[in-house]
Amino acid sequence: MSAVLLMAGVTLREAARRRILWTALVAGGLLLVVFAVAMHLQVLEFQGRAMSPFVRYQVESGMLMIGLYTCALLAVVLTILTSIDTLAGEIDSGTIQAIATKPIARWQILLGKFVGFVVMIVGFVLLTFFATIWVAHAITGVFPEHAVRGALLIIFECVLALSLTFLLGTWFSTLTNGVLVLGLQGVALMGGWLEQVSGFSQSAHIVTLGVVSSLIVPTEALWRRAAYELQTPLAGSLSFSPFANVSIPSATAVLYAAVYLAVAVAVAIRHFGQRDL
Amino acid sequence: MSPRPESAIETRELRKEFGSQVAVRSLSLTVPRGEIFGFLGPNGAGKSTSIKMLLGLVRPTSGAAWVLGAPAGDVEARRQIGFLPEDFRFYSWLTATEVLRLHGRLCGMSAAQLRARVPDVLETVGLTPHRNRALRGFSKGMLQRIGLAQALVHEPQLIFLDEPTSGLDPMGRRMVRDILRAERGRGATVFLNSHLLSEIEITCDRVAFIRDGEVVESRELGDVWQDEISLVVHVRHVAPDTLAGLARWTSTARLDVDQLRFTVSTERVVPEVVRYLVHQGVDVSRVVPDRTSLEDVFMTLMGEDPGL
Repeated sequence: MSAVLLMAGVTLREAARRRILWTALVAGGLLLVVFAVAMHLQVLEFQGRAMSPFVRYQVESGMLMIGLYTCALLAVVLTILTSIDTLAGEIDSGTIQAIATKPIARWQILLGKFVGFVVMIVGFVLLTFFATIWVAHAITGVFPEHAVRGALLIIFECVLALSLTFLLGTWFSTLTNGVLVLGLQGVALMGGWLEQVSGFSQSAHIVTLGVVSSLIVPTEALWRRAAYELQTPLAGSLSFSPFANVSIPSATAVLYAAVYLAVAVAVAIRHFGQRDL
Repeated sequence: MSPRPESAIETRELRKEFGSQVAVRSLSLTVPRGEIFGFLGPNGAGKSTSIKMLLGLVRPTSGAAWVLGAPAGDVEARRQIGFLPEDFRFYSWLTATEVLRLHGRLCGMSAAQLRARVPDVLETVGLTPHRNRALRGFSKGMLQRIGLAQALVHEPQLIFLDEPTSGLDPMGRRMVRDILRAERGRGATVFLNSHLLSEIEITCDRVAFIRDGEVVESRELGDVWQDEISLVVHVRHVAPDTLAGLARWTSTARLDVDQLRFTVSTERVVPEVVRYLVHQGVDVSRVVPDRTSLEDVFMTLMGEDPGL
C-alpha cells in the first residue's frame, strides 16, 4: 500500500511542479469570472422587467446549470489532457524502466498514479463546482437541488474518463491515446445530445443510437444524471432547456458506469502488468 | 531445474520474439556472484533485450532465468538489484536529491537511511554541487551520473548497467571504473553492457560475447593470454640456426628486423626460451607479451561487420 501512496504522492507533486494544476485552476477561475459577469448582467436585465419571482428563479437556475455544465466539461477535458501522458509517455521515453525495476509491483505503479489523479480531480471539481454555486447564490440567491450528489456524479464522470486514458495508455502512444479518448468522449457527448433531441423527434432509432453511444462511453450519461439531480423537478421538465430531463439515466445506468470503471481499471492493470516495457 | 546458489544470474535457453522477429535466440548464461561481468556484442545482438528479460521488463517467449536465486522479475528480489537503463531519463522536475530519495523509498529505505546515504552517493558520482538542481537543467553526462546514483543508492547486491559510460567525459569514465571496482569490493556483482571494449577489458573479470541472441564465447579475461602467449622479443645478433632451434617451443617464430615474434603454448616455457636465446649469443633487450586485445577477440568472433 505504501508503494501506491508513494506513486500517488509523486503524481501530485508532478502536477504541482509542472504547473498542470495551476493552469487548470486559472482556466477554472476564468470560467468563474465569465459566469459571474453573465449572472450579474442577467440580474440587471431582470430588474427592468415585471417577472414573477418563481419564473425568475427557474431562469436563474437554468443559468446556474450552464455554469455547472461548463465546469463538468472543463473538468473532463482537463482530466483527459493531463493524464494521457502519464503511462504512455513514460513507456515511450523509457522513464518507466527505472521505476518498474524497483521492488514494487506494476499494479502498484498504475494504481498509485490513478489515485494521484483522482485526488486532483476531486479537489478541482469540488473547488470549481462549489465556487460556481457560491457565485450564483451570492448574485441571484439560487441554489441547486442535491448539490453533493451532483458533485459526486461529476467526479465520477471525470474518474471514468481517467480510467479510459489509463486503459488506452497501456496500449497506445501519448498522441494516439489522446486522440482516441477525446474521440470517445465526443461519441459520449453525441450520444447524450441525441437522447436529448429524441425528446422532440420521437425517433426510436435516435434513442437507440444515443443509448448505444452511452454504453460505449458512459461519461455523458453521468452528467445527465447529475443535471437531473441538480435541477428542480420543474426546471427539469422544461423541454426547451438543453438540460431537460428528457431521458434520465437510471440508477442502473450509474451502476453500469461503476462496473465499466472497475473493468477498465482492472484491464489496464492486467495489460500493464503483462506488457513489455 | 533450479539455479546454482553461487550464481548471481543464470539463464537457460532464454528466447524473445517480437512478432516474427527473434531478438534473443537462445541465451544460456551463468554469472558468478561478486564479479564484474561484461556483456559484449554488436548492435542488435540482443544485449538490451536480454537485460530487460533479466529485470522482468520484458517477458521471455521461452526459456528460464534466475536472478539472485529468484525467477527473473521477482518483485522481492528487486530490492537487491540496481539498474541503469541505456540513455537514462527521469522526471525532469525533480532535483538530484529528490530523485535519489524517491528511488531509495521505492526500494524500501527509511527516511533516516536516506538522509545518511543520499549525500554519500551524490558525492560518489560527483553531483554534490548540483544536488538541488532540477534534472531539466542537466547535461547528458550529468543525467548519466544521477542514473548511476539511483542504481546504487540502496546498495544492491546486483547492478545492471546498460552502457554506463555513454555521454561521459574521460573523468566520468574513470569515475565509473572506480565505482565498479568499489562495488565489487563490497561484494556486489556487476553486469555491464558496453560497446567500449577497452573499458570492459580494464574492468571486467569475465566476459560473454553475444551474437544473434546467443552466447558465442564466454571466458575469464585472464584466459585471453594465459593459456597461449604471444611474445615480441627485442633482439640483436640472431643466427639462422638459433631461429631454427626455437622449433622446440614454437612453430611460429619469425624475425622482423630486430623483433623476434612467436607464440608459445604456455607462459611456463618463456624463461627457458630466453635462456636458450642468451646461450646462443643473442642480445635480448626486452621481452614483451603481445596481448591479444579484446577487440581482436571480438572481431574474430563476430566476423566482418555485416552492416545494420
